[in-house]
Amino acid sequence: MDESLLRTLTPTVISILVRRGADFAAAEDAVQDALIEAVRVWRDDPPRDPKGWLVTVAWRKFLDAARADTSRRHREVLVEAEPVPGQGEMADDTLQLYFLCAHPSLTPASAVALTLRAVGGLTTRQIAQAYLVPEATMAQRISRAKRTVSSVRFDQPGDVATVLRVLYLVFNEGYSGDVDLAAEAIRLTRQLAARTRHEEVAGLLALMLLHHARRPARTGPDGRLVPLAEQDRSLWDTHLIAEGVDVLQAALARDRLGEFQAQAAIAALHADAQTAEETDWVQIVEWYDELVRLTGNPVARLNRAVAVGEADGPRAGLAALAELDPSLPRYTAAAAYLHERDGDLVTAARLYAEAARSAPNLPERDHLTRQAARLNAKHRG
Amino acid sequence: MAKYLLLKHYRGAPAAVNDVPMDQWTPEEVSAHMQYMRDFAARLESTGEFVDSQALSPEGTFVRYDGEGRPPVTDGPFAETKDLIAGWMVIDVESYERALELAAELSAAPGAGGKPIHEWLEVRPFLSAPPTITE
Repeated sequence: MDESLLRTLTPTVISILVRRGADFAAAEDAVQDALIEAVRVWRDDPPRDPKGWLVTVAWRKFLDAARADTSRRHREVLVEAEPVPGQGEMADDTLQLYFLCAHPSLTPASAVALTLRAVGGLTTRQIAQAYLVPEATMAQRISRAKRTVSSVRFDQPGDVATVLRVLYLVFNEGYSGDVDLAAEAIRLTRQLAARTRHEEVAGLLALMLLHHARRPARTGPDGRLVPLAEQDRSLWDTHLIAEGVDVLQAALARDRLGEFQAQAAIAALHADAQTAEETDWVQIVEWYDELVRLTGNPVARLNRAVAVGEADGPRAGLAALAELDPSLPRYTAAAAYLHERDGDLVTAARLYAEAARSAPNLPERDHLTRQAARLNAKHRG
Repeated sequence: MAKYLLLKHYRGAPAAVNDVPMDQWTPEEVSAHMQYMRDFAARLESTGEFVDSQALSPEGTFVRYDGEGRPPVTDGPFAETKDLIAGWMVIDVESYERALELAAELSAAPGAGGKPIHEWLEVRPFLSAPPTITE
């Protein structure tokens, strides 16, 4: 039973049903029913043409559901009127499915859930596990999302930036339960990159590959967060890094810079350094300048200030930081780090403790508490 | 089996015996504390007594409905004086005595100087439906 094949086929099959006249929600339900049947019967009797099998079964499920529900009779008329499609435009259909699942009328959380289900082919239970909520809760979120987009016309052109934002959200959720959302996001972005030559899709794929390559080194054996400078670089996945750099270079060569390409370029410069000391901070600052120019994003400005601190010394970093809003997330942690590098350990310790109190997650809080403890112990000793 | 909630407080609980803020410990003491909590949870998983544990942010606000068309009332900026829960662990154990025993053990997590914190934990039973009588 090849589960990854099922996941790959899901968006194509949904798209075919929608092209034949099923509305999105009904098509999605029918395909889920067909997947359940596939899991049940394929082990003993694998089909020669898995996609054809899924389309046939899903279409039958859809017709059964449409016929059973008399209030939906008008849909049958629609179905009969719809010509059976040729094979040629299927790739474009799947692309449309990405756009539909990331539709701006959905909240980011709904868009993520719907994308994982319809494009990713994950089961509701897997998505619920990944988000640590009960399955019934996730089922409700997904069916609400489907209702929201049910009136959206399937042929509307989508905004690729919205799709990329949703994929990046999936990537950043990390993993829990039996589904690794970062790996899932990479799989989906690869599929998207294979269907479109958009340079920012390539930029996002490169960024994900480069970040993912460093994941084995990011936490210690006890779950402790390991900052970039202290990571064991031999744990980095060199194949993923090489692939990320290739994808990025091809995208940059097309000379249409976007924020994901700029972020990937920064990640590539980190990945390129054999030791933390070899990091090319001057070039990293230049890429942050591009990123700030492209987005004006305050978080990019904050990261730029830290990079300036490495390239031009902590005083320059603190000066760059002084121009920013202190209520920015991680502002205090960045200030603590720069003060420590500047030799002001008392201020640094106080700021680390303050940053720990407002840390957004447990590993980060523990890390910052340890930093404060380290400096306070040094100060006392 | 009955479920109990073990509540850890940021403030509001009586002061711990070994009452030193965590950022004044050494990094090794911080690590030893974290390790103790992890080991404790792992052991309860292996005995089948662990249900869930979560940490909470130190920031919290009391909120109250204040009538139709009016914004919710909050307790304003004077959050310093109120009791705030730092996190919880839910256990599922045979008896109330076992719940107390485990809470006491959790309260003995090491702190400054490697000595137990002796912090106060609140133990609250879950309300649940009575077990079905089949005999």
